[in-house]
Amino acid sequence: MPDYPTHEHDVLIIGSGGAGLRAAIEASAAAVKVGLVCKCLLGKAHTVMAEGGIAAALANVDERDGWQVHFADTMRGGQYVNNWRMAELHAKEAPARVRELEAWGALFDRTPDGRILQRNFGGHKYPRLAHVGDRTGLEMIRTLQDHGVHLGIDVHMEVAIVELLKDGDRVVGALGYDRERGQFKIFHAKAVVLATGGIGKSYKITSNSWDCTGDGHALAYHAGAELLDMEYVQFHPTGMVWPPSVCGMLVTEGVRGEGGILTNKDGKRFMFDSIPDNYKAQTADNEEEGWRYTQGDRNARRPAELLTRDHVARCIVREIKEGRGTPHGGVWLDISWIKKRIPNAAEHIKRKLPSMYHQFKQLGDVDITREPMEVGPTTHYIMGGVRVNADTQMSCVPGLFAAGECAAGINGANRLGGNSLSDLLVFGKRAGEHAAKFAKESKAGQISAAQIEEGARSALEPFDRNVSAGQFEGPYQVQYDLQEMMQREVGIVRRQDEMERALEGLAKLWERARRVGVTGHRQFNPGWHTALDLRSLLTVSEAVTRAAIERKESRGAHFREDFPDKDATFGKTSLILRKGPDGAMQLRREPLPALPDHLKKVIEEMK
Amino acid sequence: MSTATFKIWRGDATGGNFVDYTAQVSEGMVVLDALHQIQATQANDLACRWNCKAGKCGSCSAEVNGMPKLTCMTRMSQLPLDKPVTIEPMKAFPLVKDLVTDVSWNFAVKKKIKPFKPRAPDAPDGSWRMAQADVDRVQEFRKCIECFLCQDVCHVLREHHKHDEFIGPRFLVYVAALEMHPLDTEDRRADLKQAHGIGLCNITKCCTKVCPENITITDNAIIPLKERVVDGFYDPLRWLLNSAKKTLKR
Amino acid sequence: MANEQVSLRQRTFGQTLRPDAWWVQPVVVFLGLSAFVIYSTWAAFQGAHYHFGPYLSPFYSPEIFGDSPHSLFGPKPGWWPGWLPFSPALLILWAPGGFRLTCYYYRGAYYKAFWSDPPACAVGEPRQRYLGENRFPLIMQNIHRYFLFLALIFIALLTHDVWKAMWFADPATGKTTFGIGLGTIVLAVNVCLLSGYTFGCHSLRHLLGGGKDEISKAPACAQAYRCVSCLNRRHMLWAWTSLVAVGFADLYVRLCSMGIWTDWRIL
Repeated sequence: MPDYPTHEHDVLIIGSGGAGLRAAIEASAAAVKVGLVCKCLLGKAHTVMAEGGIAAALANVDERDGWQVHFADTMRGGQYVNNWRMAELHAKEAPARVRELEAWGALFDRTPDGRILQRNFGGHKYPRLAHVGDRTGLEMIRTLQDHGVHLGIDVHMEVAIVELLKDGDRVVGALGYDRERGQFKIFHAKAVVLATGGIGKSYKITSNSWDCTGDGHALAYHAGAELLDMEYVQFHPTGMVWPPSVCGMLVTEGVRGEGGILTNKDGKRFMFDSIPDNYKAQTADNEEEGWRYTQGDRNARRPAELLTRDHVARCIVREIKEGRGTPHGGVWLDISWIKKRIPNAAEHIKRKLPSMYHQFKQLGDVDITREPMEVGPTTHYIMGGVRVNADTQMSCVPGLFAAGECAAGINGANRLGGNSLSDLLVFGKRAGEHAAKFAKESKAGQISAAQIEEGARSALEPFDRNVSAGQFEGPYQVQYDLQEMMQREVGIVRRQDEMERALEGLAKLWERARRVGVTGHRQFNPGWHTALDLRSLLTVSEAVTRAAIERKESRGAHFREDFPDKDATFGKTSLILRKGPDGAMQLRREPLPALPDHLKKVIEEMK
Repeated sequence: MSTATFKIWRGDATGGNFVDYTAQVSEGMVVLDALHQIQATQANDLACRWNCKAGKCGSCSAEVNGMPKLTCMTRMSQLPLDKPVTIEPMKAFPLVKDLVTDVSWNFAVKKKIKPFKPRAPDAPDGSWRMAQADVDRVQEFRKCIECFLCQDVCHVLREHHKHDEFIGPRFLVYVAALEMHPLDTEDRRADLKQAHGIGLCNITKCCTKVCPENITITDNAIIPLKERVVDGFYDPLRWLLNSAKKTLKR
Repeated sequence: MANEQVSLRQRTFGQTLRPDAWWVQPVVVFLGLSAFVIYSTWAAFQGAHYHFGPYLSPFYSPEIFGDSPHSLFGPKPGWWPGWLPFSPALLILWAPGGFRLTCYYYRGAYYKAFWSDPPACAVGEPRQRYLGENRFPLIMQNIHRYFLFLALIFIALLTHDVWKAMWFADPATGKTTFGIGLGTIVLAVNVCLLSGYTFGCHSLRHLLGGGKDEISKAPACAQAYRCVSCLNRRHMLWAWTSLVAVGFADLYVRLCSMGIWTDWRIL
């Protein structure tokens, strides 16, 4: 056995965002030894970027809300291809998870009678998002982190996992390297929870952090787990487009929730022209009613700007493509107009959207209380991920669990804003609980020295290639070319020929990735880290592309120019990817599990 | 498009020096963009931390022209480009490599602070009632992104290395958020006086100046905590009153 | 995360990579505070020219013992030891002086300007040893709130002085009539600025409501806390303007009394 530092845990959690932390807390509550691996420092994970809020049917603002409404909203938003059981559990358990955060010290904004305030968001029928200004994610991660550090969880900061270690079929540990020292580390565990978040860094324009490289997706895939729904990549309708340095940076949906409007260069509110049929009944048919909705009028219907993200993003792309965009290729998002409606609008905006004000002022020289913002779609979230059991969050590989963005199922074809944070809490908890249970029922597995040696050898390969000799290339260019290609060929609007071209491109990029060399030594070497991230990025990019080619219809976030309509057969089909025995990616179709009658009834009643 | 020159600290705990680089400056560019450009084209292994590049995670702290800054929020247009821009790692923490420092001390400090202990719930469903006005004050402290720039600039840590006696502005803000939390019932004043070393703060307000989240650290967190410590330990009248109360109770 | 401790080195005095003029602020504070301390000490030892007509210099108010008509308990007491210099100002100036000396703003300012501890943010220091406010004498800074109580009394007394400065005696008849002179305005402005400074005190902010975690449950405290907080945000500005005002008020009375300036009667 190679002489690397070894850590023994019952449950190893990979990823320190909301889901990972929640899983760690739950697992340690079950009195097992928990290890938490973070690729970055603790508390810096991408969850901090979440702005809008946590969706939970607390019914504090509108007592008509309840789990049934939340469930129906989630299914409608996901175009009914969601895992119904996950959507049900999520809607039922989210309120308790939010209250729990408060018991751990979170301080949400309050209603006048002192309860947790909830705000409107796209696709949610009633005000449902518990929030803290526009920094809800930070509040959530800090609460979980501060609660977790007193529970005896072993935190391994700045450690990246390169491979899951298996004993037969079962996952029994992981091999990682400490980014600071460049040293390998072996983690023994009876159960492993993946909570690594998204894949945004496969795209050029993204709201995601550098570490959203799809590591969990790739680790699970290479360990034999199945990936589901990978074609559904959510593009958030509003990202900054100018200046180039901040292109893709998120502009929260909260701006629209507070009354912000989308206009094209002619000043027209284009969203009102294209309200899909299944949302007609819930959407305001005039601007006046939409305004009243944002101001809390319970009898008003939501403005068209608050339709689901997939739809709003596509409408924005249409405006830009048809020449009605802004100078830098976006559309206008205007919150400053509310000064016509309310006194002290500037103060109101600064109080409700402090980080947006700050972000535009500091990085874009735009004062959002006076001027409109220029926005365009940005890669935001992947609905697809590791296929897991809805109740336990375990994948088809024994001992391997997944939660949060890297698990699939709850969101179907499109995620509603705010459902991500509640997803992290609900399923993070479930994953932690069931991983602990699995660990208690299992014996420690055996890890073969050969597996570790092979993992370490392949991770160190880039150092053996001398870049300056010219035969090899640096990692950054390969990553850049991949992002550029995915953005161009497998973006918001997709076409068969483009995606096939992408598949060929991916083969070439795989080839180039195998020839990437790095300079310097192993200690905190970002070049090396990027070289290793490429393996994950290429795996998930290939999965997205293959699934997107296969789904010959448009549904939710997956929009095909060549198949612009929904297809009933595809509507009942899931696409599942798995590593074949030959190492190639295999795709198969599987029928979607049928909705049970009692939930069918819930959806009918909420129509 | 213009170019800018940089002097970037390269090296590790054993030593190092400033190395000159140049980068192309485009509109709206921030210092972190320049670092990335240099990393991608000239120094693949230049070590710097970063995550969100939106001023929300607090990873990319470094010293730009001698002042602690988030490199992702420091616009190139705010810097004089006629002279080289110097970029160094934070000074209050041990150096790992280039711009990366070992900030693990901060995480160890947090563990030592008494955790949140809420009062019993106000409602049967386990929830509490709080007024927005009371929550506002603590929410300011909870904006903290843990970039540790305040720790870096604080001379008690930076120059005098009192890491064993003083928890630093970041964690005084953290204690303030707990102490002023409307639900919290724990008393951390004795810790503040002894273990946390609040008396070592001499109110330079440098922490407030460098805070990228504009938290009024000194006036809203540290001084009110100092006053609470006075309540507990330095106010003779209050001490008499409390002793009298205790005696009467007996 | 590595735990291996690598020693941190101390920078030398003034060492920094800040290219800006970081030394300007401490120098200005040094000069400003020094000028005030020198002038006020000189003025306090004069024991003369501290009143003019109905005006009384704020350095000499309240005049506990003294020769002016403002004196509360008559002239210098007989038991005053001969070797001890006497001036009415010396009896009282320690109180407002102590208030400013222990003030949270001034502390930060003079630690930087007079002790270079640190000279400015992110600039190297001259000494290695550092005790903070943990030991005597600096631990005494913690009694700031008691100086606050005294300062509040002074605000009341100085306000009363302004009232008295509105009643001018007719030299012929000895009858007092209502009037306003430039000196009245000077004294009134002084009291306003001193109030802005005193009512924005960090200790007052704490005592009136900051010490409570749920201020909203005591609406009167909440309102007071809001008002003090509002003044507190500009505490540095109030500190400096009131410092200049109080010095100038003394200078005004002094120069009028010496006949160098003539008080302009407005009303």
